[in-house]
Amino acid sequence: MEIIQQLVNGISLGSIYALIALGYTMVYGIVKLINFAHGDVFMIGSFIGFYSITFLHLGFFPALIISMVVCAILGVVIERIAYKPLRNATRIAALITAIGVSLLIEYGMIYLRGAQPEAYPINTLPSKSIHLLGITINSQSLFILGISIVLMIVLQFIVHKTKTGKAMRAVSHDAEAAKLMGISVDRTISATFAIGSALAGAAGVIFGTYYIKIEPLMGLIPGIKAFVAAVLGGIGIIPGAMVGGLLLGVIESLVSAFGYSLWRDGVAFVVLILILIFRPSGLFGKNFKEKV
Amino acid sequence: MKKILGISMSLLLSAGLMAGCGSAKSGGKGGDEILIGANLELSGGVASYGQSILEGVNLALDEINKEGIDGKKIKLVKVDNKSDAAEATSAATKLIDKDKVSAIIGAATSTNTLAQVQIAQGKKIPLITPTGTSPTITFDKGKLNDFVFRTCFIDPFQGTVAANFASNELKVKTASILIDSSSDYAKGLAAAFKEAFEKNGGTIVGNDEAYVQKDTDFRSTLTRIKSKNPEFVFVPGYYEEVGLILKQAREIGLDVPFMGGDGWDSPKLIEIGGKEATNNSYITNHYSSGDSDAKIQDFVKAFKAKYKDKTPDAFNALGYDTLYLLTDAIKRAGSSEPEKIQKALAETKGLELISGTMTLDDKHNPIKSATILKFVNGEQKFEAKINP
Repeated sequence: MEIIQQLVNGISLGSIYALIALGYTMVYGIVKLINFAHGDVFMIGSFIGFYSITFLHLGFFPALIISMVVCAILGVVIERIAYKPLRNATRIAALITAIGVSLLIEYGMIYLRGAQPEAYPINTLPSKSIHLLGITINSQSLFILGISIVLMIVLQFIVHKTKTGKAMRAVSHDAEAAKLMGISVDRTISATFAIGSALAGAAGVIFGTYYIKIEPLMGLIPGIKAFVAAVLGGIGIIPGAMVGGLLLGVIESLVSAFGYSLWRDGVAFVVLILILIFRPSGLFGKNFKEKV
Repeated sequence: MKKILGISMSLLLSAGLMAGCGSAKSGGKGGDEILIGANLELSGGVASYGQSILEGVNLALDEINKEGIDGKKIKLVKVDNKSDAAEATSAATKLIDKDKVSAIIGAATSTNTLAQVQIAQGKKIPLITPTGTSPTITFDKGKLNDFVFRTCFIDPFQGTVAANFASNELKVKTASILIDSSSDYAKGLAAAFKEAFEKNGGTIVGNDEAYVQKDTDFRSTLTRIKSKNPEFVFVPGYYEEVGLILKQAREIGLDVPFMGGDGWDSPKLIEIGGKEATNNSYITNHYSSGDSDAKIQDFVKAFKAKYKDKTPDAFNALGYDTLYLLTDAIKRAGSSEPEKIQKALAETKGLELISGTMTLDDKHNPIKSATILKFVNGEQKFEAKINP
């Protein structure tokens, strides 16, 4: 029974990773950029949700929407200012810039409001413990899992069924050729950042509602874990990010369940290293030979 | 703003120069003022600790200076160490060499106090930390830092008190421990708790479970603890994580009493954990504003009058007590010479303070009562006073 309870714990932890990983993997899939500032957009989203709920006295859903909108704008701004000028620079230059943007957001936030933590109001969403065959499931964790799945489906729909999605796939395949076909590459990349950042914003509000405590450096660890999740599932693959996130959450919970709670962050990175050694394209990725 | 800063800087400098030249004003030589340094965290990461201590010190200063000590008044020389160990060291040097203080109060944290220990020892100036709880501040590697004192109790003491409370008052036989393994504070409390609890005939079930600061998900660890069926859980951490631990523990149905130390003492604990989750949990603390003792109630009243109806917390009380501890020593020494004050401080016995009746032991750690507080719907209620 205990082990099933631990699986439940792992899935509720993993759905947060999955939600952040969705945005990560999307941006990578389209522009081949590991956006390290993604975890910090998640943090900003969390704070916007917090201020919407406490100062504007909004409910959970309006706060979620506001946060997604603001984060979408923030994502586009970051892309325009920091990444666009480097579009044709080396991959490493863009990566370093991403780290710089990440630190700028973190410490900018500390400068603006201090480093002290903030607490979301308890019970922004109804929190009920559901007892089932000796297992306790919190209604909020079911809700989070539900929202992650819904957002994943919406995302799949956007990427595969809409015009923007088609443009995204075209750009990810070959940006030059897409441009020749009359697709606005800049606008498509902006759209990618907007959608990815909106997902991060949503994850931020959900994280705050579920874990209550938020602070300016909160994006760091979930951000990196989501990156591991994205690589685990196969970076650039949307269902892969979802599965990778859930799997990572379960692995971490099991590590704690066997009494090695201090090793759980370590194990997450061992997973990353193993995946990169043995299956670099991820669980869902196809192994293909790169053309030379 | 710049102008004011400039003027005050030049005033400060000239005051320093005057203190340097004329021995009449310097503390040690018997002027009409006794200079006491306050080396506190007035800005930076833990500024709220330093500010709170200063409020307490200032209230005590008002009261003591009404009569003075043998006709002399205490003058406080404040220095901001910016919550930084290197700043604390240079601030201590400035207080001793330039201002010629008779004693130093500060700093709030163990780290910033440790940074001053060598200077106080070398220059033979008494140093009292109001809230530095690390044992090594006064006694390190088998050697006593004879010029260094503290007003608060040390970390392991709280663990012992908690264990005695669990065994004798709550009558529990089995307990689990959940440690913040990134904090020496938590480890010190946990070790002392374990030793005392086992001596009382109790059993620790499960291994010591651990987490690190900034963790947010404790459900797996708590599920593991729950499967061991403890009657009591000891979590000697800080409020940020403890709030989440309590919330998540109650969510998975771990309803036994939880207990911790003064690291829980913050309104944020209730905000993060929620009122319901903190019910049925206890902390050891330095003092309680709800204690019915007349002396404590007078202090609370005086504090509220001076600081816009603010209820004094443990930092305020310990700051207040520190100046009284020092004043008591100066009175008994009959002098403001640092070495005489040091001798008198070391002999402190049965001094009635807000945070308990205090006697200093041979390691310069106070032997005094600890207060147990119980959380009832988000309020800290005075539960018991436990004597060591």
